[in-house]
Amino acid sequence: MVTDTHPTLPEFDYFRPESLQEASAFLAQHAGEARPFLGGTDLFVRMRDGALVPRYLVDVKHLEGTDELRFDPQHGLTIGAAVCMNRVIASPEVRRVYPLLAEACRSVASHQLRTRATVVGNVCNASPAGDTIGACLALDGVLNVHGTGGPRQEPLSAFFLGPGKTKLQPGDIVTSIHFPLPPLGCAGTYLKLGRNRLSDLSIVAVTVLAAPDPGLPSGCRFRIVLASVAPVPLVAAQAEEYLANRPVTSDSIAEAARLAGAACKPIDDIRGSARYRKSMVKNLTEKALTAVWNQLHP
Amino acid sequence: MSFHEIQITVNGVHERVSVKSNQTLMLLLRETLALTGTKNGCSAGECGACTVLLNGEAVNSCMVLAAECDGAEVITVEGLAGDPLQDAIIRHGGVQCGFCTPGVLISARALLNRNPNPNDEEIKEALVGNLCRCTGYVRIIEAVKEAARLQV
Repeated sequence: MVTDTHPTLPEFDYFRPESLQEASAFLAQHAGEARPFLGGTDLFVRMRDGALVPRYLVDVKHLEGTDELRFDPQHGLTIGAAVCMNRVIASPEVRRVYPLLAEACRSVASHQLRTRATVVGNVCNASPAGDTIGACLALDGVLNVHGTGGPRQEPLSAFFLGPGKTKLQPGDIVTSIHFPLPPLGCAGTYLKLGRNRLSDLSIVAVTVLAAPDPGLPSGCRFRIVLASVAPVPLVAAQAEEYLANRPVTSDSIAEAARLAGAACKPIDDIRGSARYRKSMVKNLTEKALTAVWNQLHP
Repeated sequence: MSFHEIQITVNGVHERVSVKSNQTLMLLLRETLALTGTKNGCSAGECGACTVLLNGEAVNSCMVLAAECDGAEVITVEGLAGDPLQDAIIRHGGVQCGFCTPGVLISARALLNRNPNPNDEEIKEALVGNLCRCTGYVRIIEAVKEAARLQV
């Protein structure tokens, strides 16, 4: 068998619409054969593998609102769909107010890939391994979407339906992602286990964000999101609730980590076995919870 | 499949070319403009052999469509002639088979442009997307450090 190790991209038509209306109309008219694209870092790989053969690729990077990276101290952060991860990492406001997001972006592939890769693209691909999705969920991200019916918003909490499957419909273009101000005094971390220290996809990964909350018995609200262990990015709701309802101790952290491990439904694949993943979720969750708790109580 | 007329500046030379929708920037450089210093390693954005500067930023040229590059400025390894990095990598023996070298030089140039005085960890992080199968990483890192010293 001869394998083509340098496959070229299959044939398609590149289309660069002038407006969001034109883009939505075109995508809706060619449902099933046209795809919007941003950096293409995931799409081109899947096209070369033959997994996707779109007839049209619709470049939405230059459209209205896609290039902005804007922080407003009253309302939060908006990251346009075309803003690459290196720009997010370099933003002083992101580093200061949303360091978890910068940390997640830094874990993606290589510098030259992050010149093209975008947060919105990472979210829309809806891979269970998407490195920035945990941070986007924990920070209560909301997508600004332009569809055939005009603009609307999609909260991330209900966005993911399965691997590569989301609430987006033909004609929809995500123009940006918005984050409200993070809870006061919060701290977070993204722990990623790959086959090497930098640049690989995750075998499993855990995002934890925590903030003081005097209304809870624990005095602290934890968000826990698990990657690469379920068909969708998984919020460990049971573990979150367990931690909220009792004083935070090393024992309650260990029990919450056990609950997170029990909640996930990983598969065996080339990067790791299901059994290994479950056990690593428990370990990484315990590590992440402890690290974030210690950050909040130095 | 459609064709697109684009204007692109490569190593300071203005070019007007017609490109196919599925033609990557890498193929435009290598096959249309005959700039074969840019290498085709994996065609998947993993190995970094095809790295070029696109509007001043390092990208994998196998992951960029030529049609997206209308009005863009590109620097390939041919455009780095006379760069202190080239001397440094030769002097330190940072070139073995040489296939990864063009991409390494471009990534290193992008690093020194944004951070003129990087430490070892920053150099490693900047080059994580440039795989060297001869595994000559130590000498490459030494070369980048020397080039940084020379340019200050």
